[in-house]
Amino acid sequence: MTPIDVIVVGAGHAGCEAACAAARLGAHVALVTFSKDNIGQMSCNPAIGGLGKGHLVREVDAMDGIMGRAADQAGIQFRLLNRSRGPAVQGPRAQADRRLYARGVRDLVAQTGVSVVEAEVTDLIVEGGKCRGVETSVGPIRGAAVVLTSGTFLGGILHIGEEQTAGGRVGELGASRLSDRLRALSLPIGRLKTGTPPRLDARTIDWAGLEIQPGDSEPSFFSSLTIMTSTPQVDCYITRTTQATHDVIRSAIHRSPMYAGRIEGVGPRYCPSVEDKVMRFGDRDGHQIFLEPEGLNDRLIYPNGISTSLPRDVQEALVRTIPGLDQAQIVQHGYAVEYDHVDPRALDSTLQLKALPGLWLAGQINGTTGYEEAAAQGLVAGLNAAGARWVPDRTSSYIGVMVDDLVTHGVSEPYRMFTSRAEFRLRLRADNSDLRLTGTGLDLGCVGHERASVFRGRSAEVARLSRELKETQLPASSLPTVRSDGATRTLWEWARFPGVDWNMLQAARPQLEAAPDVVETVLTDARYAVYVERQDSDVARLRRDDSVIVPRGTDFAGIPGLSNEMAERLLKAQPETLGQASRVRGISPAALTALLAWLRRQQDVAA
Amino acid sequence: MEPIHALSSGLPPSGVAVVRISGDGAFEIVRKLVASQGLPAPRAAGLRRLAHPVSGQLLDKALVITFPGPHSFTGEDVVELHCHGSVAVVAGVQQALADLGSRPAEPGEFTRRAFESGRLDLTQAEALSDLIAAETESQRDQALAQAGGRLRMLAETWRSELVSIAAELEAGLDFSDEADVADGLAASTRARDTLADLGTRIASALATAPVGERVRNGLTIAITGPPNVGKSSLINRLARRDVAIVTPVAGTTRDVIEVHLDLAGRPATLLDTAGLRDTDDPVEAEGIARARARAASADLVLDLGPGGNVVNRIDESGEAAGEQGGRLFLSALTGDGLDALETWLSAWAARQIPSGEPPVVTNARQRALVGYALSAVREAAEEPDPVLAAEGVRAASVALGRLTGQIDPEEILGAIFSRFCIGK
Repeated sequence: MTPIDVIVVGAGHAGCEAACAAARLGAHVALVTFSKDNIGQMSCNPAIGGLGKGHLVREVDAMDGIMGRAADQAGIQFRLLNRSRGPAVQGPRAQADRRLYARGVRDLVAQTGVSVVEAEVTDLIVEGGKCRGVETSVGPIRGAAVVLTSGTFLGGILHIGEEQTAGGRVGELGASRLSDRLRALSLPIGRLKTGTPPRLDARTIDWAGLEIQPGDSEPSFFSSLTIMTSTPQVDCYITRTTQATHDVIRSAIHRSPMYAGRIEGVGPRYCPSVEDKVMRFGDRDGHQIFLEPEGLNDRLIYPNGISTSLPRDVQEALVRTIPGLDQAQIVQHGYAVEYDHVDPRALDSTLQLKALPGLWLAGQINGTTGYEEAAAQGLVAGLNAAGARWVPDRTSSYIGVMVDDLVTHGVSEPYRMFTSRAEFRLRLRADNSDLRLTGTGLDLGCVGHERASVFRGRSAEVARLSRELKETQLPASSLPTVRSDGATRTLWEWARFPGVDWNMLQAARPQLEAAPDVVETVLTDARYAVYVERQDSDVARLRRDDSVIVPRGTDFAGIPGLSNEMAERLLKAQPETLGQASRVRGISPAALTALLAWLRRQQDVAA
Repeated sequence: MEPIHALSSGLPPSGVAVVRISGDGAFEIVRKLVASQGLPAPRAAGLRRLAHPVSGQLLDKALVITFPGPHSFTGEDVVELHCHGSVAVVAGVQQALADLGSRPAEPGEFTRRAFESGRLDLTQAEALSDLIAAETESQRDQALAQAGGRLRMLAETWRSELVSIAAELEAGLDFSDEADVADGLAASTRARDTLADLGTRIASALATAPVGERVRNGLTIAITGPPNVGKSSLINRLARRDVAIVTPVAGTTRDVIEVHLDLAGRPATLLDTAGLRDTDDPVEAEGIARARARAASADLVLDLGPGGNVVNRIDESGEAAGEQGGRLFLSALTGDGLDALETWLSAWAARQIPSGEPPVVTNARQRALVGYALSAVREAAEEPDPVLAAEGVRAASVALGRLTGQIDPEEILGAIFSRFCIGK
């Protein structure tokens, strides 16, 4: 066996993305998983993308990652969310066929040259204060870097009503020995909770009379390499909980592990269980449920909106109170899972553990939720574990926003991406992810030939069309339906006016020509230009502050002018840069200035 | 930090001159000046002979007060030497301090250290410089209100409102596709109403800016009229009266005479551009042009020319002194009618700077940031696209944060503190 450079533990979304990213840089990668069958498994809902999440997938794809391509291949329904709102907040989402998705991931992992090892990881190999490999059930594997993506398997406990089982996903073992090892490193460990709904048998659902939710007629793909759908497309359906459902839940609430106090982990506020919805918003007459197929040839239906850990008999009773589900059979009951996560403030901005160099952590172990968040972290960890230095920043990607949020603030509930987390979201759009990141990927060496040529073609086209719009003048008289002051403007300026679209511009200047994706990017740029330029000074300031390094091991308590409270906050956050320090909650301007003054003096002393 | 020193009071000659020393070793340095007499107890004044430690030469007999850090103005060890206000004494003391390893402070360095040690926030630091420069009652009130954090508290209230508006808008963007979210349209209508209301309140604070800046910079009164109508006599006459404040202020050219007045507690500067003459020297010409421009933009013009609002030389014409038909009759020679002029000027000043609540926004930096926040809020209130409305809300909060120095410490440091006078 060739010597291994990077060992990736876990073959979920973070692990597969990490393994492939490292392999694209030329590293020899071993991907260790309990079972090859688990590669690329979607353990919760059968969908990829969404608001903020779709941006992440597009960005992973821009770095030549695998999630976007696998999702496009498996996509059985594509929808662009927020289509009626501004392009900055539009996010692609797809229902994915669970089996096709896993197969797509497996194929891409194999094509990238990653070696898959079936084993249980029992311990880390630590030498000279660095992580140098893992002990497994089939013997030790040594390598320069380890990426741990153990998901919810650390100290995982499943709850269904009064039942409790150790494990991270139903029917699988939890990695409790590894959890003990991490606890022995005295890392800050937190406990979180997530849940999943019961899965239903499609053949027992009465579809007639349910509201249909169709996909878009023009699908928006995740990968800029995808040109068409690979499978037939299907519809989803919408139903609602009823008063009867709420009554069932209320009368059984004392049997809920959450309400009986058997769960200590904190669950996500934005993805509450159905018992939470009823207890907190019980005055509502009903809560929406999306019935999503798990696949084309799959009888399982995922009822999105009724995640629950109530006892099995209560789950059966509550499902039957829902229109269309009165005869529905539960194939697998819903459950809650509690798990350990490492406080991500223990990580540096490449997701490497500060206390143990050589060990990177990615995915749910860092307190995040979601396939997309996991994959994006896998990308960062994998590239850095393979020796590239890539610290994505807040001004150019959602990935940068997420990593900065995690390592600066830590998490108080499972972290999920939202567009509102990105203060520069007008420039961080799904449509321009390649223009923001693929160039960086090319410099790092993680982008293949096919994408490189697509990227060069598209960025040249975007530049050409932008130039033409900026150089072409058009009098107001050519746009009679547009309200204006009557002045002559460039097409670039006209694009900002409400009601002006590509067809209008092309009608006035028929020589204009470009592919639809190029038109979309350029017109959106033109539309947001004024706002984006206004943010330029904010962007410059942030980049400047992020370039001022705070040395590791800085004794904050010894900095003159820092109050004890401020020094404590900084000590806890361990900021790597002045910019990061400025984003630590509760840090006063005076404290920042004291820190900056102290850093300058250290420089003066050193110089 | 390294020890620094500066003259903290007005330029000598003066009754007393206060030299302040701050930084590591400040006490050691002064201990060498007072030798065997020792330092007085902290925060207690002690009379000491100051002598140069090398030459042994007596420099002055001065009051010495020590302020141990961190409970001092700068947060460091601070010593104040209250010397006799002679040029020679002050120069000798400063030289001795320099010989002992202290260095002269840069403009605003004391305040900057106070800011850096967390003793002041930005609006308070600005207010402090204003307080030090305050010559009249209204200036002092305003500076004190600022130093108490009035603008900061307002800005923080506005900011917290913006945060809750942002939350409404963002909910409609980030959860629009999920079930059970509040109706997006209703949310953005509500947000727009709140924004419009917030805009009104920010605007009324911003409306105090002209008064605030007038208080801060003083009203300007220009005296105009053809040669030999008695402009200089009038100025000299006013300068000798109680209303005048004797401050050494260099004018834009040496030919402009300035007199600072306290008009019922309102600061005003009286300008006489009589000495301005035509010149071929381009530098001087530029100075003269600026002086004329300043006089032209004065808040009030006292015109001694024919038909002007001031009629001089009633001692010759025999007209009655006092105000009549909006004109003031007086004699700069005899002083007749000067009381009426003062009353008239005070009434005018009181109209320009009404008493009551001191203005909130008091300088150009604050006005620019509050103004930016206001236009962002108004834009957001009008913007139909919720993404761009949210962007306006974000921009407004950033501007308000920067007002109190919450966002960016670096940029403001140089700009703000370079405006301070040495040692203040």
